[in-house]
Amino acid sequence: MSVFVIRRLMQSIAVVAVMSFIVFFGIHIVGDPVDMLINPEADQADIEAAMHALGLDRPAHEQYWYFLVNAFKGDLGRSFIFGEPALQLIVQRMPATLELAFAALFLSVLIGIPLGVYSGLHPDTLASKTIMSGSILGFSLPTFWVGLMMIMVFAVILGWLPSTGRGETVPLFGIPVSFLTLDGLSHLLMPAVNLALFKMSLVTRLARAGTREVVHQDYIKFARAKGLSPRRVVLVHVLKNIMIPVVTVIGLEFGGLIAFSVVTESVFAWPGMGKLIIESIQNLDRPVIVAYLMITVLMFVTINLVVDVLYSVLDPRVRLQDIRA
Amino acid sequence: MRILNTVFGAAMALALVGAVPAAAKELKVGLGNEPSAIDPHYHNLGPNSAVASSIFDALINQDEKQRLMPGLATSWKPLDDTTWEFKLRKGVKYHDGSDFNADDVLASFERVPNVPNSPSSFATFTKGKTFTKVDDYTIHVKTAAPHPLTPNDLSQIWIVSDKVAATASTADFNSGKAAIGTGPFKFVEWVPNDRLILERNNAYWGDKPEWTKVSIQPIKSGPARVAALLAGDVDFIDAVPTTDIPRLKGDGDLSLSQGPSNRVIYLHLDHDRDDSPFVKAKDGGSIKNPLKDLRVRKAISKAINRDAIVERVMEGVAVPAGQLLPEGFFGVSPNLNPEPYDPKGAQALLAEAGVPDGFKLTIHGPNDRYINDAKIAEAIAQMLTRIGIETSVETLPKAVYFKRASRGGPDGSPEFSFVLVGWGAGTGEASSPLKALTHTYDKSKGLGTTNRGRYSNAALDTIIEQALATVDDDKRKGLLQKATEMAIGDLAVIPLHYQVNTWAARKGIKYTARTDERTAYAGVHSGM
Repeated sequence: MSVFVIRRLMQSIAVVAVMSFIVFFGIHIVGDPVDMLINPEADQADIEAAMHALGLDRPAHEQYWYFLVNAFKGDLGRSFIFGEPALQLIVQRMPATLELAFAALFLSVLIGIPLGVYSGLHPDTLASKTIMSGSILGFSLPTFWVGLMMIMVFAVILGWLPSTGRGETVPLFGIPVSFLTLDGLSHLLMPAVNLALFKMSLVTRLARAGTREVVHQDYIKFARAKGLSPRRVVLVHVLKNIMIPVVTVIGLEFGGLIAFSVVTESVFAWPGMGKLIIESIQNLDRPVIVAYLMITVLMFVTINLVVDVLYSVLDPRVRLQDIRA
Repeated sequence: MRILNTVFGAAMALALVGAVPAAAKELKVGLGNEPSAIDPHYHNLGPNSAVASSIFDALINQDEKQRLMPGLATSWKPLDDTTWEFKLRKGVKYHDGSDFNADDVLASFERVPNVPNSPSSFATFTKGKTFTKVDDYTIHVKTAAPHPLTPNDLSQIWIVSDKVAATASTADFNSGKAAIGTGPFKFVEWVPNDRLILERNNAYWGDKPEWTKVSIQPIKSGPARVAALLAGDVDFIDAVPTTDIPRLKGDGDLSLSQGPSNRVIYLHLDHDRDDSPFVKAKDGGSIKNPLKDLRVRKAISKAINRDAIVERVMEGVAVPAGQLLPEGFFGVSPNLNPEPYDPKGAQALLAEAGVPDGFKLTIHGPNDRYINDAKIAEAIAQMLTRIGIETSVETLPKAVYFKRASRGGPDGSPEFSFVLVGWGAGTGEASSPLKALTHTYDKSKGLGTTNRGRYSNAALDTIIEQALATVDDDKRKGLLQKATEMAIGDLAVIPLHYQVNTWAARKGIKYTARTDERTAYAGVHSGM
């Protein structure tokens, strides 16, 4: 077992190392940050001074070495634009993104599962056909367009909801959150629905497929035969059994939810990490891009490592396979 | 009111109007750009200076047409060719109540070149100058060589108190601890990416602004910014996308403020290489660079229908350009007009130049930097193809484009043959584009920095350098006009149009459009 874990750990470290190399050199091929940073009125001497101050006059491999040395000390570099540590900039914006992602996740489960179960139980009704067609729209409509349409309808025409921003925040354990104030909630609703739309459709379809499969299983028939109320059959026996694939997929897709939030955050001017990374890419703020990608890589590698280890605990075959390989 | 806002949409508009009494007036703003810091000496870039102009003052302030106006200095004059005297304003107080005097000015200039991690230093404006205090309200500026732009340079440097200048870090400004200026607004709070809050400085020495509070929200996406205005979440937005302008114009609840900017959109062509990488013969073989021939450059200029570009591509929101700055700016020539559209004449010129059938050309341009930049490049390609110059278009994101356009070729030479670019004259007069775009690329003199066509004309260089060293305003004006006429006469660059900037607000709010694209909250008036 420990051999297996150590092997996996080494592999993870190798992945992180390779990724840092690819990310760092990949971003160094693109453009020159000085052109984005410096005032056009500056002369050649000013440009060279700025390049020198940012370390851009050094060869790329030397810059990479500095980056590695500092990364081991937990310093992923300073933003060229803000002059603040890149890690700090990302961490500051993380709560907003996580709040949005969790809200979207919550909505997609809260709405997706009942819709899916309903249309799984009554597959031929008009309502369930509408739900299924609706879920196709949810899959296929571009987030950007849906976001703008929502703003047009609910903010501009009806005036029910504020169009952009995060609204009033209150600190919860020192982290600013929106969902505890009415104003914050009203700002959160549209972006969360916008972000949830895709996941909601996914959950609906999974729940429907699961339900259709599960209702024909023997234990459901037995539960019915035992005289349990339909309510109890659905809420306990069906729901419990369809949740396994739903939870797995939601877990895996949560990373995607954070990644997708880039578009939603731009449309709704939501001050999260996605907006930061997009603006950093546009302005070639290399340290922030590299730090962001490194954090993402680290996150995914950790999740995968944990999953692998869990699998091996649950299923000895995985371990044996690995040793044989 | 916040609750109403969320629940009763219909009541919201009423509530907004009703809840804003004359005493406390808040202006909610949605901006396309956001500063990288509140520190006024950290990053020499548009959005930073825009915010700084509300909180701080410079010795000389620039008005909406970038003319120099007394700021913390009440008057200034050259004592001789290399010495300038500035008389400072008395009785000015900082937001914390302390007094302003000459020590603050000296300390600010001292701080400028020494800001750590500054991505684009304001030292551009202080280098080559030594500052001495004569008395508490007089300073002398000594320049290494005659430098007529000294007042323009100093209008870019914001003044902070000597206490702040000696100790404050950029982070201290961002947190508000050190964000203490003499400007029309006081700093309240900045949450990057989310909001910037300012309040009125009731002790301001100049005209007090109308708004007791200004809250600024960065909304980078153009459609979202417009939607925020339409929804009533903000009162005032900048950088209105051109496609939305007709719709907003027709909306009776909104008003637009427009004005030409100091930014010219122009074409730079390869004046240097005999075999230019993106100029090919019709059959794809190499050809002696025809762009070096003035007749070919003239033909290109004549083939471009500037009115059509302004009308169709820019939705009317631009002014056809015949030189490097719109009229009204210092040093602009009264004799230059936009080249009229003349395809026949263009073809005749091509024939005269020995390329009657034209050649192949690639135009390179950015696609996220100037208003409708990619569409302009496409329009120009079509117009040139019509006279026989088969033009293909390649547009790139600015992050990639500018490096390649400036120094993507061998030995740091410009990579492209024919580029679409823009230039905003930060100094607000004609020497800025002349020295950067049309002077020979000369690293040791710091001239021709952005000469991406490597145009070189010794006679023009002499006049530009002479103008840059002539302190007498009238003489300098003449020299700049002459230099502009020479540069345009030889088509060192081909000017296309001046950008027009558009701000939009809810009805009743008026803004005096600024040529430098800044949004200055003191210039926003409700007219009520």
